[in-house]
Amino acid sequence: MGEGFPTPARHAAPAQTGEALAARDRSNSALVRVRGLRFARGDRVIFDGLDMEIPRGAVTAVMGPSGTGKTTLLKLIGGQLRPDAGSIEVDGQSIHRLDRRELYALRTRMGMLFQSGALLGDLTLFENVAFPLREHTRLPEPLLRRLVLMKLEAVGLRGAAELKPAQLSGGMARRAALARAIALDPMMVMYDEPFTGQDPISMGVLVKLIRQLNDAVGMSSIVVSHDVPETLGIADYVFIIANGKVICEGPPAEVSAQDSPRVRQFLDGQPDGPVHFHQPARPIADDLLTPSKQRGRGAC
Amino acid sequence: MQSTRTMEILVGAFMAAGLVALFFLAMRVSNLSAASAGPGYSLTARFDNIGSLKVRAPVSMAGVRLGRVDAIDFDQDSYQASVTLRIDAAYDQIPADTFANIYTAGLLGEQYVALDPGGSPDYLRDGDQIEHTQSALVLERMIGQFLFNKAQEDTE
Amino acid sequence: MLSDPLTRLGRSGIGAIAGLGRAHLLLASILGGLLEALVRPRLVLAQLFNVGVLSTLIIAVSGLFVGMVLGLQGYYVLAQFGASESLGIMVSASLVRELGPVVTALLVAGRAGSALTAEIGLMKTTEQLSALEMMAVDPVRRILAPRFLAGVIAMPLLAALFSALGVLGGWFVGVGLLGVDDGAFWSQMQAKVDFRDDVVNGVIKSLVFGVVVTWIALFQGYDTKPTAAGVSRATTRSVVHSALAVLGLDFILTALMFGD
Repeated sequence: MGEGFPTPARHAAPAQTGEALAARDRSNSALVRVRGLRFARGDRVIFDGLDMEIPRGAVTAVMGPSGTGKTTLLKLIGGQLRPDAGSIEVDGQSIHRLDRRELYALRTRMGMLFQSGALLGDLTLFENVAFPLREHTRLPEPLLRRLVLMKLEAVGLRGAAELKPAQLSGGMARRAALARAIALDPMMVMYDEPFTGQDPISMGVLVKLIRQLNDAVGMSSIVVSHDVPETLGIADYVFIIANGKVICEGPPAEVSAQDSPRVRQFLDGQPDGPVHFHQPARPIADDLLTPSKQRGRGAC
Repeated sequence: MQSTRTMEILVGAFMAAGLVALFFLAMRVSNLSAASAGPGYSLTARFDNIGSLKVRAPVSMAGVRLGRVDAIDFDQDSYQASVTLRIDAAYDQIPADTFANIYTAGLLGEQYVALDPGGSPDYLRDGDQIEHTQSALVLERMIGQFLFNKAQEDTE
Repeated sequence: MLSDPLTRLGRSGIGAIAGLGRAHLLLASILGGLLEALVRPRLVLAQLFNVGVLSTLIIAVSGLFVGMVLGLQGYYVLAQFGASESLGIMVSASLVRELGPVVTALLVAGRAGSALTAEIGLMKTTEQLSALEMMAVDPVRRILAPRFLAGVIAMPLLAALFSALGVLGGWFVGVGLLGVDDGAFWSQMQAKVDFRDDVVNGVIKSLVFGVVVTWIALFQGYDTKPTAAGVSRATTRSVVHSALAVLGLDFILTALMFGD
């Protein structure tokens, strides 16, 4: 299954020159490699034996119905959550074995676009985009200004540089957050539900931006989404997750042609199928006929 | 960055105001200005009863404060209270036969040590002991004495 | 069925202990980040503005009025014993020892502490803290530590402001309105209020309150359940816990400092 990657047009430009050699050695291998991942929140198992290889330089989509832990997967890749078992390697480094400093160094090479944008509320757009640069570099102010304006220009928000996040529409906030995510020229950007709640125009803008950034700058992209047509439209490679496992993967054309009922149900949006419309429960007759007092509490 | 500048000024003003307030509390409200009068010397005095005299109580002569009570100990041999007085260095001409009393400032006030100067040409020096002392007046004892005298007058 | 209330009691007990543990772990990592905050005074400055400057007005006005009430009430009581000259002592000692640190801490918990909790809680709810982590910026060091430091610095200064204005308020009522002798007012105060025992102890108290109030506010914000209801509950809890902690600690500190 590892052979099916589309060959990336350009390699991810490594941020640190010292790592250039090592990066070239690894360039044929996957950018993110997930092995036997198991993660549970309380009693709820979210991933159980998840295996993925996310290629470099491509737009990889991770799709699945909501509640399958797509956002959780991004947090696991970013090292914000710890898996119960299994391993995640990012750019050859096992992310949960790193100490704090190494983890932070790796994170400067990852960008993440949050669903809400997550812009810092008390800073202007300009300062938000400048924030990672100010924190991690000692660039002189004129150079920093030029860099920030270029990033804002790339997402079409140079004119809004002095606005506060509260003054932006949802689509603008997401684009601004994208400008911030790419401020440090990361090797990869993770997009958490970038299309959710966007009108068709800003959806189109985002689709174009993701594609452009991926191809022009050569960074890898991981898009987590349940918006089927948009995602299939820009992805080079697609994973579909359900029940804590990958149920289908491949280039979009292959995935669309799949006839496994579970994949079809998700892609075509059928209300009932292998993924049930109903939450698992006792037969309805039992529930309706027993008086409420006798219902066991928390007896699984 | 106009707003940053304003903020800096306001924070600076806040810090200054807080420090001024602390200074005011130290110098105007509390006794720091009086307490830090510099070095001094110690005298001891034995009292049969010190009443409710406390450490840091003032020591005065002719109503002027000369120092304060530094320590209060109990002497197991004589069953007396041994009071150490710390006198400011400026007042170094206290006669050797000075008399130490424990008085009360006002009816409900705190007790303090009052020194009555003697006539000796020698002066007290660091570590010396004041020989002549008068204990604190204990109200109950005074009332008891008063009643006793009254009763005696009546019987006569 | 029988074990149900017992189970729930046990669960909430364990939850409380776990929360206490998380609070102390957070305090430890805040303290670990303090040095970094000291190196970047600009961040602390901004927070001193939020905690200190913005609380100044309420502290100043409250201090003035508390002092004036003390002057009024104290005068009526002391005048009965013919000891109205002792008004200065009464006003200043009660302000410097107790009311200054305690009331200031309560006001700061209500004014600045709740704002801190809401701010941090909102940052968590809107994933800003998470985004900082992903930008390789430690939110505890970048966001919490400067706020903590600012709270600890601002509290004693605010308490001093409160006490000083309170004394002036008491002086205004006592000397200005009720005719207590000006000289006696100040001289008796100076004779009885001790710098080390009263002023320094008051400052120590408010330093401790500064640590506790800011710590509780930051922890409640950081530990918020990331929903709107979670933030509002955390804000309430922040004020209630701070007030209880301040009053409880005040008793302990007073017993340690002024007990013989």
